[in-house]
Amino acid sequence: MNFELTEERQMLQDSLRRFLRDHQKALQASTLLGAGGEEGARGFDAEIWRKLSELGVIGALFSEADGGFGGQGFDLTTVFEELGRAGAVEPVLDTGVLCGSLIADLGNKDQRAFLADLIEGNLQLALAHGEANSRYDLAQVEALAKTSADAIVLSGRKAVVVNAEAADVLLVSAREDGASGAEEGISLFLVPRGTAGLSLRGYPLMAGGRAAEVDLDEVHLPLSARLGERGQAHEALLRARARSEVALAAETLGAMETAVDLTKEYLGTRQQFGRPIGTFQALQHRMAQMLIELEQARSAVINAAGHLESPSTAERDLQIAAARNLIGRAGRLIAEEAIQMHGGIAMTQEYELAHFAKRIIMADHRFGDTDTQLERFIDLSAA
Amino acid sequence: MDLSYSPEEERFRAEVRQFLEQKLPAEMSEAMRLGRSIGKEGHDRWHAILNEQGWLAPNWPVQFGGCAWNAVQRHIFEEECCRAHAPRIVPFGLSMLAPVLQKFGSKAQQDHYLPRILSGEDWWCQGYSEPGAGSDLASLKTRAVREGDHYVVNGQKTWTTLGQYANWIFCLVRTDPDAKQQQGISFLLIDMDTPGIEVRPIILLDGTHEVNEIWFTDVKVPVENLVGEENKGWTYAKYLLTHERTNIAGVGFSRAGLEAVKRMARAQMHRGRPLIENPHFAARLAQAEIDLMAMATTNLRIISRAAAGQAPGVESSMLKVKGTEIRQEINDLARRAAGVYAMPFASEAVESGNEPGLGPEGSEAVAAQYFNNRKLSIFGGSNEIQKNIIAKVKLGGRA
Ligand SMILES: Cc1cc2nc3c(=O)[nH]c(=O)nc-3n(C[C@H](O)[C@H](O)[C@H](O)COP(=O)(O)OP(=O)(O)OC[C@H]3O[C@@H](n4cnc5c(N)ncnc54)[C@H](O)[C@@H]3O)c2cc1C
Repeated sequence: MNFELTEERQMLQDSLRRFLRDHQKALQASTLLGAGGEEGARGFDAEIWRKLSELGVIGALFSEADGGFGGQGFDLTTVFEELGRAGAVEPVLDTGVLCGSLIADLGNKDQRAFLADLIEGNLQLALAHGEANSRYDLAQVEALAKTSADAIVLSGRKAVVVNAEAADVLLVSAREDGASGAEEGISLFLVPRGTAGLSLRGYPLMAGGRAAEVDLDEVHLPLSARLGERGQAHEALLRARARSEVALAAETLGAMETAVDLTKEYLGTRQQFGRPIGTFQALQHRMAQMLIELEQARSAVINAAGHLESPSTAERDLQIAAARNLIGRAGRLIAEEAIQMHGGIAMTQEYELAHFAKRIIMADHRFGDTDTQLERFIDLSAA
Repeated sequence: MDLSYSPEEERFRAEVRQFLEQKLPAEMSEAMRLGRSIGKEGHDRWHAILNEQGWLAPNWPVQFGGCAWNAVQRHIFEEECCRAHAPRIVPFGLSMLAPVLQKFGSKAQQDHYLPRILSGEDWWCQGYSEPGAGSDLASLKTRAVREGDHYVVNGQKTWTTLGQYANWIFCLVRTDPDAKQQQGISFLLIDMDTPGIEVRPIILLDGTHEVNEIWFTDVKVPVENLVGEENKGWTYAKYLLTHERTNIAGVGFSRAGLEAVKRMARAQMHRGRPLIENPHFAARLAQAEIDLMAMATTNLRIISRAAAGQAPGVESSMLKVKGTEIRQEINDLARRAAGVYAMPFASEAVESGNEPGLGPEGSEAVAAQYFNNRKLSIFGGSNEIQKNIIAKVKLGGRA
């Protein structure tokens, strides 16, 4: 047993933490960037993105074979816990983990050339997979791909595609066989920004960053646009989701740490009735409960990260469902209690807690909410 | 024991329902149902419609223009208004200040201010809280110093709800800094157009401008704007707080909220079936509904006691705690139901209905409402303060 980070990861954590602390102002400003809504809005700070890639943050998400220097579960959690603690909205999850994993897993030699650009910070990506009726189910795909001798034509609609407007290339899923709900028959395609027939309706997100509804109106692509084997994307989507969920769980853990820290500090400084409110036992016990839940969350993240490379995908997915269910519950408790124990000040946009509470709660709406994770856990443990 | 309403009460309900069907503008009801803002104009318009009907001030005595409804009728009215998605009546003038003026105000103050509240000419806001005085309200520092025929007010109020629309504010101010905390406070009516007042917006975490900071610098307030006696303001404020806590249970809001969640859960698909059939979601929904059913009866028990002339005691604190817990749980269910469509931050265009929404109907507001309604357990006496009251009364035997 050893719960210490390796030396390399410890160094990455230290330098990333220092960098994020030094850029706190810019990070805070970028949480509101998405709200602008002007043409071509990115919803994050391109300068921070560039510096993160220089620090090696994106490289840490990939194995050496893919051009990086990490790529394992604990590399992801090291990076994302820090991003979460700082409340960063830069799309490291979407571009780096979610899309990066898919290209690394499925890409042919030409397509894998994107990885170098990605690691250097020169490429933005978005996964256009979910649809209006798919909720958190990866197999519910209605968008269609029709192939002729020399072209592929996509049609359909994609819902809440995070980072779509900033993406240089969209990874779009569409069905080539079978009915919606079937795992077989789903393919992925690389669709460059500006391709005819592709249109986006962008909007800001509650917790920062931006997303878009993506309309595919007879989008013509060359045959080379297909990523991976025809109709075989489901397995890779599951793996990319597993990696993204480990990252997201760690990010949420980081945000929970900050919410707890802010609350601890506030209980010590806020005076009412002539004394710090932290002297009221009614609040002390609740603070204690938050600290207990935080340690549970930390262990759940370790469990999930430690099983990310498990040879059994069922074991991997069970651990991840467990972690995200626990974090969903603990996160809600911590976000709500942190707000409540601050009183009115926590209700303001200006005070930083609000942003962390939003990061924690809105994470529950990605890849599967607390109940969906419970359902996955039950299915997997019964199997 | 009889859980049914009397025939007269049912007739009254039918009358209210008919009025709402005829007079509540459809677009207003629609906006409220979808959690959209109706702005000051919307509130003013609904206020005027109710005033014309004579139903604006159910809690006022008849001689001031009230409608002599008992507590059960008022409850039925509120329930029907929520059911029809009528806008909430802004309470500051009608339900908070008016009862204080009616009990402690001078004849001149009553004659001047009460009709203007009914007509909508004055929009009042509540100036109690300060940056340093929240739960511990009696520690407030805003100073009023008497100089001849006026007071000079200096200080800062905060969290002032809809102060940006208000032309008047009722304030608690310190007039005797040497007296014990509660004893040096006075209740002042201040015209917001007086020189020296500055209103600064506070943007809430869901992006809305709902509350404000209000700064007072050498603001001259005529002495006739003092309500009751100098240094007796705390007594009036406590009286007002008992009025602030009526309808604190929010049963009608919760019922309407549950209906909205169910509508969304029928439309949302989960693994190819409507979400409402999913056992995990259904269990959460059922638990909220079970809690609400019991709380509605607790509420009625207290209301019928009030109708018989008994003042509510700690029960109103209990209703505040349970009522807000249930409303917040329903907000949580709504955001779960919306799935990925809880993530967008609704643009003004969508909010105002000028652009189609993104996800299932009503989903664009759910996350914002979830965060915004965290306020329910903070304001109006936080839930911790309510529990302190309950414990003190029940354990200590005294209030
Ligand atoms: C959206 C919104 C609208 C509002 N509108 C108005 C308005 O129109 N006019 C107005 O005057 N005010 C308004 N308020 C202010 C509101 O009444 C205060 O926020 C409330 O009284 C709590 O005070 P506070 O925010 O300073 O928190 P604090 O009093 O600092 O409390 C912080 C935390 O400590 C807890 N706490 C405090 N004392 C104790 C204790 N003795 N035992 C246990 N726990 C304790 C509280 O419950 C809370 O959890 C509004 C507030 C909000 C959020």
